[in-house]
Amino acid sequence: MNIIVCLKQVPDTETQIKIGSDRQSIVTDDIKWVMNPYDEYGVEEALRLKEKHGGEVTVVGLGPKRVTESIRTALAMGADKGILISDGALDGSDSLAHAKAIAAAIKDLQYDLIFTGQRGVDDDLGIVGATLAEALNIPQLSLIVKVEVAEDGKSVKVQRPIEGETLVITSTLPALITAQKGLNEPRYASLPGIMKAKKKPLAEKSLADLGLNSADFGAGARKMKILELTPPPAREAGKIVPGETPQEKAAQLAKLLHDEAKVL
Amino acid sequence: MEGFQEYFGETHHMVRETVRRFVEREIRPFVDEWEEQGEFPRNLYAKAGVAGILGIGYPEAYGGSDGDIFVKIAAAEELMRCGSGGVAAGLGSLDIGIPPIIALGDDDQKSRFIPPVLRGEKISALGITEPDAGSDVANIRTRAVRKNDHYVVNGSKMFITSGVRANQLTCAVRTGGEGYGGISLLVIESDTPGYSVSKTLKKMGWWASDTAQIFFEDCRVPATNLLGNEGQGFYGIMENFQNERLQLSVMANMTARMALEESLKYARERKAFNRPLSGFQVTRHKLADMATLVEASQEFTYRVAARIGTGKTQIKEISMAKNFACMVSDRVTYDAVQIHGGFGYMREYLVERLYRDNRILSIGGGTQEIMKEIISKIIL
Ligand SMILES: Cc1cc2nc3c(=O)[nH]c(=O)nc-3n(C[C@H](O)[C@H](O)[C@H](O)COP(=O)(O)OP(=O)(O)OC[C@H]3O[C@@H](n4cnc5c(N)ncnc54)[C@H](O)[C@@H]3O)c2cc1C
Repeated sequence: MNIIVCLKQVPDTETQIKIGSDRQSIVTDDIKWVMNPYDEYGVEEALRLKEKHGGEVTVVGLGPKRVTESIRTALAMGADKGILISDGALDGSDSLAHAKAIAAAIKDLQYDLIFTGQRGVDDDLGIVGATLAEALNIPQLSLIVKVEVAEDGKSVKVQRPIEGETLVITSTLPALITAQKGLNEPRYASLPGIMKAKKKPLAEKSLADLGLNSADFGAGARKMKILELTPPPAREAGKIVPGETPQEKAAQLAKLLHDEAKVL
Repeated sequence: MEGFQEYFGETHHMVRETVRRFVEREIRPFVDEWEEQGEFPRNLYAKAGVAGILGIGYPEAYGGSDGDIFVKIAAAEELMRCGSGGVAAGLGSLDIGIPPIIALGDDDQKSRFIPPVLRGEKISALGITEPDAGSDVANIRTRAVRKNDHYVVNGSKMFITSGVRANQLTCAVRTGGEGYGGISLLVIESDTPGYSVSKTLKKMGWWASDTAQIFFEDCRVPATNLLGNEGQGFYGIMENFQNERLQLSVMANMTARMALEESLKYARERKAFNRPLSGFQVTRHKLADMATLVEASQEFTYRVAARIGTGKTQIKEISMAKNFACMVSDRVTYDAVQIHGGFGYMREYLVERLYRDNRILSIGGGTQEIMKEIISKIIL
């Protein structure tokens, strides 16, 4: 059972995000970069499947050099090999272009399953998984919280929560799964794992290595354009509901929820 | 590399991340409760062992994962972020208990005494201090008398970190005559008849750490537990001090750093006279001083650590680094409580604990005065 996990590096969720002077990007100077949390579920699930069914886990990342750190973290967790797609021409590309480059890096590999996160916690787009499945012409199973691979390794049964119910889907392999929170509890990269990860293979590929044309990438080739980034509205001060008795307060609260917050 | 020498690289960041997560998941949610209870669960050792945190810097052959000195520092810094010096000290007692075994022990002793501790199955502690001898290590009185293939040990050890629960004590005993030449190191297991332990001692800080007094009454310890030769103990103890002092410097720096961070947050949020505290120049300048001290101390410690990491002896420098770091953390934790006002005196605020936990740092591992003795002997 060979599994590929795609991973993205994103700002740590605790990072204070500042919008740049161009109003279209964020200031990256003091950002702490981490593996996208949804991708971590993918890494963990791949490792569990490998532990059960054998095979190899390959991690594919895309972005600048610093992304190697997240790939190495996945290797330290137990993945076997890493590929970093890195090319100056990728700067400013959109998710569709990213999926195209990842597809090119994966298409000649042997794989039964591909994991991506259901979305990146930075742009919150959730496009790469679907686009990648399309490019590779394999089924996509999105927002998955449970994965069972058949004994013969030829099919997979997965669960997706929907509105309090559970949708159970079976699919032939190879297939692509986008991981949702709840799939598992990712392990830590153990210290011995970190030391071993230094010796695991990590290949770096440029667009040319993948047989791709730089002109199809970068800001100029974007299909999705960012017009402007704005910070979320500042949180307003809380309100204390007046009233002498609990009844009075409840009535006041209901009125406020109806008239002001407009949620009732 | 960015054109200058950085102490921390990719591996260190990954280690930091692992320890950070460990702390977030396994310690932070419970730490206040443990502090009040005066103890953390014993299985935390096993959890830290599985994550490989206990084995950092020890040979792979004994279940550790080799790594340079900054791997250890990165891990220690993140562990301190749990906000309890007691948890860090308790979990870290192996880092004073094991190094003498590495330095003086034979292969058999290393195989017996190291792997179970790095796996977190057994707890290791160090016993040097006695009720009547602390700074004056050369004057310890606990006696070990050789009888055939055993040592019969009588005496007592005081203020032993992890002493209540330790399974094995790396212990300084007197096998020979007066003075430092008569001191040896024995590993004494807690299930040896004649070994007993006091209740957890009640302390100003480090509440979550089980500090105890240990008693030996005709405690028969196999002679095969002697580390190195008779009389080599003092050397082993002094060697170990360099590494303990580095750990304490790192603890002091992190204590100060956290106190600074809490103060920065608080100064932005808390209002007085219609403006945030950070609106007062006195407060801003105080914070600037605190930040400057923390930065300088941390850099100095790193520099000394880098030299220790290449095998250089840094007796004077590490004594300076420890004193400087403690001076800074004394001042910074004091100021942090001041900035927090009455809230800083309340247990719900981290600075209250930092202030208490800090106090031991200039006493343990050699007092401030002993550090000055060492420095002055070398420079004069
Ligand atoms: C929480 C805690 C944990 C500890 N953990 C351990 C442990 O795990 N293992 C262990 O072995 N010990 C441990 N200790 C003991 C610690 O190392 C000693 O307390 C310390 O070395 C000081 O010894 P003392 O308490 O006997 O003080 P003393 O040596 O009696 O010193 C009292 C005062 O006199 C000063 N003084 C002494 N000699 C001189 C001198 N020559 N010149 C000038 N001033 C001098 C000292 O600096 C100090 O201010 C721990 C202590 C505490 C509080």
